[in-house]
Amino acid sequence: MANILEVKNLTKRFGSFQAVTNVSLTLVKGELASLIGPNGAGKTTFYNMLSGKFSPTSGRIIFEGRDITGLPPNKIARIGIGRSFQITNIFNGMTVLQNILSALIAHYGRGRSFLSLYWKDRKLMDEADKILDSLGLLSFAHIPTTHLSYGDKRLVEIGIVLANYPRLILLDEPTAGMTPEETEKMIGIIHRLANETDTTFFLTEHDMKVVFSVSQKIFVLHQGSLLAEGTPEEIREDQRVREAYLGGTFDA
Amino acid sequence: MNFLNGVSLGMLLFLISIGLTIIFGVLGVLNFAHGSLYMLGAYFCFQAVSLYQNFWVAMILSPFIVAVVGGIIEMSLLRPVYGRDVSFQLLLTFGVLLVLDDAVRLIWGSGYHIVDPPEALNGIVHVYGFTYPVYSLFILFIGPLIGLGLWGFFRLTLWGKKIRAASMDREMAAGVGINVNRLFTGVFMFGAWLAGIGGTLAAPLRAIGPSMGEKIIIESFIVVVIGGLGSFPGAFVGAMVLGVINAYGAQYLPKATMALPYILLAIILLTKPRGLLSREA
Amino acid sequence: MGGVFSKKRALALWAAGLFLVLGLPFIINTYMTLLMTEIMIMGIFALSFNLLFGYTGLLSFGHAAFFGIGGYITAFLMIHDFPSMPLAILVGSLVATLAAVVVGYFSVKLDEIYFAILTLGFGMMFYTLAHQWRSVTGGSDGLTGLVLPSLGAGFLSVNISTPKSFYYVVACLFVFTVAILLRIVRSSFGLVLMSIRENKERTAFTGIDIRAYRLASFVISGLFAGMAGGLFAIFDRMASPSMLHWTASAEPVLMTVLGGAHVFLGPVVGAVIFFLVEYMITKFTDIWMIFLGAILIPLVIFFPEGVLGTILAKWGKKQHIKGEEGARGEHS
Repeated sequence: MANILEVKNLTKRFGSFQAVTNVSLTLVKGELASLIGPNGAGKTTFYNMLSGKFSPTSGRIIFEGRDITGLPPNKIARIGIGRSFQITNIFNGMTVLQNILSALIAHYGRGRSFLSLYWKDRKLMDEADKILDSLGLLSFAHIPTTHLSYGDKRLVEIGIVLANYPRLILLDEPTAGMTPEETEKMIGIIHRLANETDTTFFLTEHDMKVVFSVSQKIFVLHQGSLLAEGTPEEIREDQRVREAYLGGTFDA
Repeated sequence: MNFLNGVSLGMLLFLISIGLTIIFGVLGVLNFAHGSLYMLGAYFCFQAVSLYQNFWVAMILSPFIVAVVGGIIEMSLLRPVYGRDVSFQLLLTFGVLLVLDDAVRLIWGSGYHIVDPPEALNGIVHVYGFTYPVYSLFILFIGPLIGLGLWGFFRLTLWGKKIRAASMDREMAAGVGINVNRLFTGVFMFGAWLAGIGGTLAAPLRAIGPSMGEKIIIESFIVVVIGGLGSFPGAFVGAMVLGVINAYGAQYLPKATMALPYILLAIILLTKPRGLLSREA
Repeated sequence: MGGVFSKKRALALWAAGLFLVLGLPFIINTYMTLLMTEIMIMGIFALSFNLLFGYTGLLSFGHAAFFGIGGYITAFLMIHDFPSMPLAILVGSLVATLAAVVVGYFSVKLDEIYFAILTLGFGMMFYTLAHQWRSVTGGSDGLTGLVLPSLGAGFLSVNISTPKSFYYVVACLFVFTVAILLRIVRSSFGLVLMSIRENKERTAFTGIDIRAYRLASFVISGLFAGMAGGLFAIFDRMASPSMLHWTASAEPVLMTVLGGAHVFLGPVVGAVIFFLVEYMITKFTDIWMIFLGAILIPLVIFFPEGVLGTILAKWGKKQHIKGEEGARGEHS
C-alpha cells in the first residue's frame, strides 16, 4: 500500500491572510479521496499548491517519494499529477478533438514535430478517439467547444486531464453547475476509471451526494486547517464536522 | 542648464502621459492615438492663434476641442470593442492614429507651422549664468501646477475618487452604482483634454508638423511603462526620468541618445514590469 | 476549426492559386508585375508575423526589426559584390533569426500589452542602430547602390534584374514560405501553439513549457521576416532605416488584421488589399493612410475576423446549412 502523496505541514500565506495552515495528509495509491469544506476553507488554494500554480509558504509536498514542492505547473504535470479546474478552463476556439489532442501531444512530447500534419499521426488520433469515446464525446469530435453545453464542456475539461495519463488526478468541483443527469454521468466516469486503472482521485466538491458516493476517504478543511479525516461514515458522524457545516449540507 | 531643459520637456511629456495612464488604468485601453490627440492640440492652437491672434484664447479653446474629439472617438469607436482582446483595442486606436495623422495633413497641409509664444512670455532670461527662454520657464512652472491641481482633484474631489475606484476595480465600481459608460467617456475626454493642453503648450516650443503624434506616442508609452501603467504619480516620475535622460544623453552620449529611452524601457519591462514605483521585482 | 471546403475542393483551390501566381506575369504589365512582387514579399512578412500573432497569440509591434536586419545584411553583402544572391538572402535570414533568438528570449517572458511594448522597444533600438551607425549602415541614407547580378552558373545564368525574372524568384520563395508555414501550423507543434494562444495556463498544466514554444514560434517567425527583408532590399535596391521603424512594424499587423488573423492566407489577402488601396488612392493624393485607417476601424469593430475570415465564416455557415461536413481536422 504505497503512499502516492504525502503533504507535510503545508501553509500558504497571502500577505497577512493565511489561506492554508499546517495541513498534512496522505493519500494511498489508487484511492478515491475527497476534500470538503465550506466556501473559503482553502480548498482551491490547497489544490493550487499541489498542482504548482502557487508555491507554499512553508511545508513539503511529496509525490511518489519525490519532493515536488514549488515546482512549476508544467513540470508537475509531466511528473504525473493532473488537475481539472472549478471554472471550466478549456481551449475555446478549438474542436473537442483538438482539445484532447493538445494534451496528448504534450504528454507524448510530440510538440516538437513541426513538419508533420497532426492528423496523420494514427496513434495519436486513435488514442484521442478512445478518450473521447470513454467520455461519450466521440460524436462531438469536430465541433468547436464553444457550441457545447456546459456539462459537455466539463467533460472536455476532464478529457484534457485524462489525456495526460496522470497517476493522481485533482478534480476541483467537477460537477459544479451540472444537471443531475450530467452529475450521474460524471460519477460513473470516475468510478469506471478508478476500477479500470489504479489512478488516484482527489476531488473537492460541494455536492455531498457525489462526495459520499465516490469517496473512500474524506478530508475536511475548515478555515485553512485540516479539521478531520476518515471514511464517509466516520465523517458523517463527526461532531466537529457537523458544527463546521452548521448542520446544513449533510443530508445526502 | 540641461537639467532644467530636460525637466521642462518632461513636463509636456507628463501631461500627455497622465492622460494615457489614466485611460489605461480606468478603461484598460492603451490609447495609441494619444500622441495624435496631443498633435491635434498643437494644430488647434495654431488655428486659434491664427484666428484670434491670442494665445490665451487658444489655451482655453484648443484643449476643449480636443476633448470633444476624444469624446466622439470613445463613444462611437471605442465602446464597441471594450469586451474584446487587448490586441483589438490597440489596433482600433492605431486605426484612429492613422486617420488623425493624415487628417491633419489634409486640413493643414504637410508642411510645418509655427506658433509664437505670447508677448508676455517671449524673450529670454538669465538663470545661473545661462540664457533660458522665458516660455520654457513658464512650462517648467505650469507643469507642476497642473500636476498639483490634478493630484488635488484625484485625492479630494468626489469625481476624482470615483475615477480612482474605477481604475482599481471596474466591476466593483459598476456594482456601487457608478455609471461606467459615462465614466469611461468622461475619463477618455479628460485624458484627451490633458493631451490637448500638452499640445497647446508645446506649440510655441516646437515646430508643428504631421509627425508630432508619432514621435511622442512612443515616448509616452515609455514614460507610462516606467512609472507603471495606470499610476498617476508614476507618470510624473517616468516623465521626469525620461526628460532628464534625454537632456543629459544629448550632452554626454549624443550618438546613443536616440536609443536610451528604448534601452530604459527594456530594462524596466524585464526587471520591474509594473513600473518603478511598484512593489514587485 | 473544421475546414470550410472539402479536401478535393481545397486542393483544387490551392492548385488554382499556384497556377495564378506562376502564370500572372504573362498577363499583366510591368508595373503590375512589380506590384505583385512587392505584395508577395510583404505577404511573406505578414505570414511570418501571423505565425506569432494569429497562431501563438503574441502581438509583436517590432517585427520590422527582423525584416530590416535581413534587408540590411543582404544589401550589405550585395553591395560588396557578394557572388551569390540566394546566399546573401540566406545569410540575411540567418542573422535575423539570431536576432530573433535574443529578442524573443527576453520578450516571451511577458504577455499581451507588455509584450507588444517591449517588442516595439527592441524594434526601435535596432532602428536607432541603423540610423546612427553611419559607418556601417549608411545612417539615415541607408545602403544604396545595389546591383542585381545574374543568377545561376555558366550557361544557365539568368539575368534577374528584369521585373519578370525577379518576380519568379520571389514567387518561388513565396510558395516555399506558404508550404512550410502551412505545414507548421497544421503540425502537432502548431496545435500546441494554438492551445497556448487559447489558454496558456491550461497548456502549462498539460506539461508544456510555454516560453520554449513561444520562443520557437518567435524565431521561426523572425527567420521568414528576415527573408522577406532580404528580398525587399533587393527589390528596392537599397536598405534604409525606415525598414526598421515601428511604423514599418505596423504594416504586417495591419495586413493581417485586414485579411484575417485566424485564416492562414489572411495576411496575404490583407497585403493585397493594402497595396490595392495604396495604388488606387495614390493616383489622386499622397494622403492615403487615412483610408487605411477608415477601413481598419470598422473592420476591427464589425469584422474582427478580417475580410477573408469573414467571407470564409459566412461560406462555412452556408455549407453547414447545406449539410456538407468539413474535411477532417483541416483549417482553411
